[in-house]
Amino acid sequence: MKKVLTGNFAAAYAAVAARVQVISAYPITPQTTIVEILSELVARGELAADFIKVESEHSALAACIGAQAAGARTFTATSAQGLALMHELIHWTGRARLPIVLANVNRAMAPGWSIWADATDAVSERDTGWMQIYCEDNQEVFDSILMAYRIGEREGVLLPTLVNLDAFFLSHTSQVVDLYDAERIDAFLPPYRPAVKLDVADPRSFGALTSPDYYYEFSFKIQKAHEAAAQAITETGKEFGTLFGRSYGLTEAYRCEDAEVVLVTYGTIAGTAKVAADRLRNRGVRAGVLKIRYFRPFPAEDVVRILGRVKAAGVVDRAVSYGQAGPFYTETRSVLPGAGPALTGFIAGLGGRDVSVADLESMFLQLREGKPSPLVWIGVKP
Amino acid sequence: MNAAETTGKRPFRLTLPEEEILSPGHLACQGCGAAMAMRYALKALGRNTILSIPACCWAVIDGPFPYSAAGVPVFHCAFETAASTAAGITHALSRLGREDVTTVAWAGDGGTFDIGLQALSGAAERNDNIIYVVYDNEAYMNTGIQRSSATPHGAWTTTTPTLQFKKGPKKNIMEIMVAHSIPYAATANIAYPEDLVKKLRKAQSIRGMRFLHVYAPCPTGWKHAPGLTVKIARMATECNVFPIYEVEEGVYTLNRRNPTPVPVAEYLKMQGRFHHLREEDVQFIQSRVDRDWQRLIKLEQAFGKAAGT
Repeated sequence: MKKVLTGNFAAAYAAVAARVQVISAYPITPQTTIVEILSELVARGELAADFIKVESEHSALAACIGAQAAGARTFTATSAQGLALMHELIHWTGRARLPIVLANVNRAMAPGWSIWADATDAVSERDTGWMQIYCEDNQEVFDSILMAYRIGEREGVLLPTLVNLDAFFLSHTSQVVDLYDAERIDAFLPPYRPAVKLDVADPRSFGALTSPDYYYEFSFKIQKAHEAAAQAITETGKEFGTLFGRSYGLTEAYRCEDAEVVLVTYGTIAGTAKVAADRLRNRGVRAGVLKIRYFRPFPAEDVVRILGRVKAAGVVDRAVSYGQAGPFYTETRSVLPGAGPALTGFIAGLGGRDVSVADLESMFLQLREGKPSPLVWIGVKP
Repeated sequence: MNAAETTGKRPFRLTLPEEEILSPGHLACQGCGAAMAMRYALKALGRNTILSIPACCWAVIDGPFPYSAAGVPVFHCAFETAASTAAGITHALSRLGREDVTTVAWAGDGGTFDIGLQALSGAAERNDNIIYVVYDNEAYMNTGIQRSSATPHGAWTTTTPTLQFKKGPKKNIMEIMVAHSIPYAATANIAYPEDLVKKLRKAQSIRGMRFLHVYAPCPTGWKHAPGLTVKIARMATECNVFPIYEVEEGVYTLNRRNPTPVPVAEYLKMQGRFHHLREEDVQFIQSRVDRDWQRLIKLEQAFGKAAGT
């Protein structure tokens, strides 16, 4: 079944399609409609779930952690300040290996108050053990949430996932979304049956005081889980394609086969970059786009394989790591061999500033000039 | 006539459940009131219990990975999330059809009166189906005796040294919880284990948010001999420093009255944390204890069973 939906509706309907059993979330602009829709669907009985209407994002994720540990599939959603307030529990979820899925509407951090798109909120959660996906359109939001449960709950993975959608550009923009049908989704995503949970018949302690004799190995296992996840993401993305007609990987390469210049980017900017690449190709510039879907696990192999055959590449970040450069730029740089392509880092669109097709065309053209720079700010006003 | 009736003394009869769920290998200090509280609580609640335990002494007492003394599932949660984590657990259990399992948030005074108060208030306002137990040892004992908002006036802690001892009253957590109109709130004391067990069983029979404020002395932090824990705890109730009462659907019942209360000075002088107090400090504390007790009596007169009829 196809519907015209905003990104927030797509996220909410994905939670419904995943038959989540416990939801706990707190409203924050621009995530709010996710909370409203799910409240309505639970109230109408269209989703058999408990919705815990908490008093903060901190409690929202704490409640999801408790519920997931007790054996329920859970869902939450937030944005920016809310995600930052959850930070302690973001770590908690990752280390507890609970495959919770969180829809995060990427929004700029205050001050000054901003409700507009910026990925700095999610990037700040990089080292927590969560997987992170950045979506280009609303269909990808819906599909990614379904796949996040399937991948996260897989034995050997058991990791939570942050599914990111850009504020307003996706959260409040309507697009056609195929919701498929429930039977096929149920076949793809069976009920959550964790091997270990809070169970009075098998009393265990979870998260107890852990000495240096054990903590180190727990950390090692989280790294191994991310490596297993990379494989699971590829397999599940292909299977999803077979079942629903849309395949996904850790990345998406657009017109990169013969490209001389490639822009690496993520979120909605990837869509705009594809239009810019098309236009430049009409003018004889062989441009391509490498969309990073998963920031964690980071798709090192894809990046090396695709950028390895181009002369110059750039990374467009709608986020910045102050004192260094764009976070996706530094990640990309870190996996490329020394003899890799000349790499430029662009910062664009912070705080929801529009990143136009013309902006991206100019970035492509700048790559051809052969003067790579780690940090280029696009459109800074004097 | 049996012997008890002729002598006027009741025959000895163990009314506490005999089963020990908490195992003896836990890591509590000698004379730890919090360990006694858990022992009695598990006797009362039974094995169909899941505990959510935040950072507090009990995060350590239960034992390091891979050990656990509790004998029931324990979820170690973040400091301020005892109530919100328990809320998630109870909703999941309800969804999964396990209404037979009791979810208990088990936190210290720091995790309840201070850093966890917001989450507790949220769970209380939603009337989440949990039993929340605060074992109150009147300071941050796990980090080594720092003042909390449960620390009483006059007490020494490492952050309220004797030259600048804790000034101001202990936060009245019971009144805060009663103000949420929860179905059940009660105080209890490890020196009165039968009362504690009775209250937990009553709590178990009620749905929604149930709150128990349990007095649990800490020999390490209060500076008294481990063997005096129960004596000091009993004296706290006998001198009206810690009255035991319950509030069911807003109806107050004082569970114990002291016709001739023990002077507070007797209670204070047993604990090193109060040794610096001068005569006027002790008199001030006595006056506040008397005032608070009178207030409680008035609450029972106004909102007790007799008042309701």
